[in-house]
Amino acid sequence: MKALILVGGYGTRLRPLTLSTPKPLVDFCNKPILLHQVEALVKKAGVNHVILAVSYMSEMLEKEMKEQELRLGIRISMSHEQEPLGTAGPLALARELLTENSDPFFVLNSDIICDFPFAAMVQFHRHHGQEGTIVVTKVEEPSKYGVVVSEADTGRIHRFVEKPQVFVSNKINAGMYIFSPSVLQRIQLQPTSIEKEIFPVMAKEGQLYAMELPGFWMDIGQPKDFLTGMCLFLQSLRQTQPERLCSGPGIVGNVLVDPSARIGQNCSIGPNVSLGPDVVVEDGVCIKRCTVLRGAHIRSHSWLDSCIVGWSSRVGQWVRMENVTVLGEDVIVGDELYLNGASVLPHKSIGESVPEPRIIM
Amino acid sequence: MLKAVLGRRGAQGPLPPPGTRFRPLSFEVPKPLFPVAGVPMIQHHIEACAQVMGNSLGFYQARWALTGSWGLGGSYQSSFGGSGLPGFRYLQEFAPLGTGGSIFPEPDPAGVPKPSCLKDVCSDFPLGAMLEAHRRQPHPFLLLGTTANRTQSLNYGCIVENPETHEVLHYVEKPSTFVSDIINCGIYLFSPEALKPLRDVFQRNQQDRQLDGSSGSWPGAGTIRLEQDVFTALSGQGQIYVHLTDGIWSQIKSAGSALYASRLYLNRYQVTHPERLAELAPGGPCIRGNVYIHPTAKVASSAVLGPNVSIGEGVTVGEGVRLRESIVLHGATLQEHTCVLHSIVGWGSTVGRWARVEGTPNDPNPNDPRARMDSESLFRDGKLLPAITILGCRVRIPAEVLILNSIVLPHKELSRSFTNQIIL
Repeated sequence: MKALILVGGYGTRLRPLTLSTPKPLVDFCNKPILLHQVEALVKKAGVNHVILAVSYMSEMLEKEMKEQELRLGIRISMSHEQEPLGTAGPLALARELLTENSDPFFVLNSDIICDFPFAAMVQFHRHHGQEGTIVVTKVEEPSKYGVVVSEADTGRIHRFVEKPQVFVSNKINAGMYIFSPSVLQRIQLQPTSIEKEIFPVMAKEGQLYAMELPGFWMDIGQPKDFLTGMCLFLQSLRQTQPERLCSGPGIVGNVLVDPSARIGQNCSIGPNVSLGPDVVVEDGVCIKRCTVLRGAHIRSHSWLDSCIVGWSSRVGQWVRMENVTVLGEDVIVGDELYLNGASVLPHKSIGESVPEPRIIM
Repeated sequence: MLKAVLGRRGAQGPLPPPGTRFRPLSFEVPKPLFPVAGVPMIQHHIEACAQVMGNSLGFYQARWALTGSWGLGGSYQSSFGGSGLPGFRYLQEFAPLGTGGSIFPEPDPAGVPKPSCLKDVCSDFPLGAMLEAHRRQPHPFLLLGTTANRTQSLNYGCIVENPETHEVLHYVEKPSTFVSDIINCGIYLFSPEALKPLRDVFQRNQQDRQLDGSSGSWPGAGTIRLEQDVFTALSGQGQIYVHLTDGIWSQIKSAGSALYASRLYLNRYQVTHPERLAELAPGGPCIRGNVYIHPTAKVASSAVLGPNVSIGEGVTVGEGVRLRESIVLHGATLQEHTCVLHSIVGWGSTVGRWARVEGTPNDPNPNDPRARMDSESLFRDGKLLPAITILGCRVRIPAEVLILNSIVLPHKELSRSFTNQIIL
């Protein structure tokens, strides 16, 4: 089977991290975002060809994908759009690759994280036998999203309602689809929105079915949601693979620690923390609800809550960082500073507190 | 035989009782007894007077008797007892007498110049130099003057001198336009001849105000405002002279200026009281710059203190605590990993682990040698200005929160972070 992953552009929503690393390669819980999907596709649905729809070329991404091809024993292609093609156009661009055989194929938004239900999707799709299946997830406040109205027992989709003012459904598009190749006849090679232009037509023709996603789901395209997604992911790990989580003195709740990371004495790490490879946390540090990326160094007595610490960054002593502070790569934060919702661009050295949320160029 | 009078400034006109600008700290202790650089504010005055006099010292104190548990009389007499320090006694105003009233009722001592200081100033008190100047050329009034920049001079008493003779030609209190960059330090040397003009003023004021029929309101008949009634009236008549200093000097009006004064005094301890400064010791905390630690305080060895930190009696400082530019008062507890910057932690307060208590300094512009503390109003345009953080007495700060640029009134238990607020 094949899968097309809509990687897209520069990942601006996840800046400043994506100024150093293409978004698919940013580590989410110590694994590149993209690999969470690719590995699940291979393992759960036997996908052997992954096509990345990218709108800019990155040597770093190509090199990494070559390595993953070898490691996973699959084929990974890049489909490069010269101009933005929306969410449907990339399917038309990759038409040849997708129609090499008559199998249905996956289409995934690259920013989502969940317990990927790829085997169940294949089964569901074959069972209803129509052109498309989309995965839906329940949300608490449907009025903020476009919702999917479908038949309770079969899942056949009736219609889509954008930001409903009265309750019609609490299910939203989760950004994971499976299509039969015939769907490509509906899509022209031009900028097209699959959600707004293709799906409503398919629904009207009775060709589109919704499969409800059990468990957690998050779009992790922005730092705030990235952290929320991390909490959900770690909680899911607690239920499915608790042995991967860290435990011991100073560890609170769900904490993921790379074996090469070092933690000092009298720390309080967690709940909901992931520490990447070669991270150093000195004595007396408190970290909650944070992602600390490879090679970062947190000096003693600092306090971090809801932050992403970029690769090789250095946080001084008695620093307080909170409220979705994001440090890009190789940022230095001086001793005793307070960062509140700061977004710090790579290679920056910070010598003054940032008491209100802002971007540090 | 020298005598000194320490008077309190303030209570000009229908103002609230003294020390209100020093709230919430002055709820607990009269402002003169607030510890600056580890000792009560007024002890710096007493020590300076004692150095030049070695004899009697008067305290002048309005309305509050400095007695009872905070009493200076008992504790000072005993702490100075036998060490050759001055004997002193109180004079208590029974009605506000103004800034000059304290000098007047003193019975004439024969031929004795009398230093007089207002208590809410921080200075290196160059009383010796003033006495020397007086010996060379005696005048009834000798004022200590220093320089301020043009803008800030308007907040002080301004002195115009004859640069040759240093006679005060003109004196005006808090002018609305620029008059002079020489300002009155509130430290005076009066010779007994000064008492005659003071008496004249006293009598004239009494007559005038009785004629006005306004004796019930302030200024009352018995008041002498040293600045307006004496200095302004007598300037240019060969009676008032100014002695200029470029030593340390600052007013201590607000808690923020206490922190600044503390830095000045701690710095001065290097010369005057090196034994009061904490030193790096094996098993002791890391000391950076000038730090005072009361001998009864318990400070963990992994704590890092300084510069400008004063730790009061019985204070507990936990492992991994960072303190900089702060005063921690009697009995307070700072738990592990807390960070306290530019703040005053009140008596018996507790700061939980990993909490951060931080203020914003309003120190004089370091690039302007004539800059002084700015006028210290808390608000501008209805907004609380960023200033040092003050925790009142017995405040409890929970673990991991941030208290930034805030004032917490006594006996408050907080449950979350606060920024730019006064917490009642």
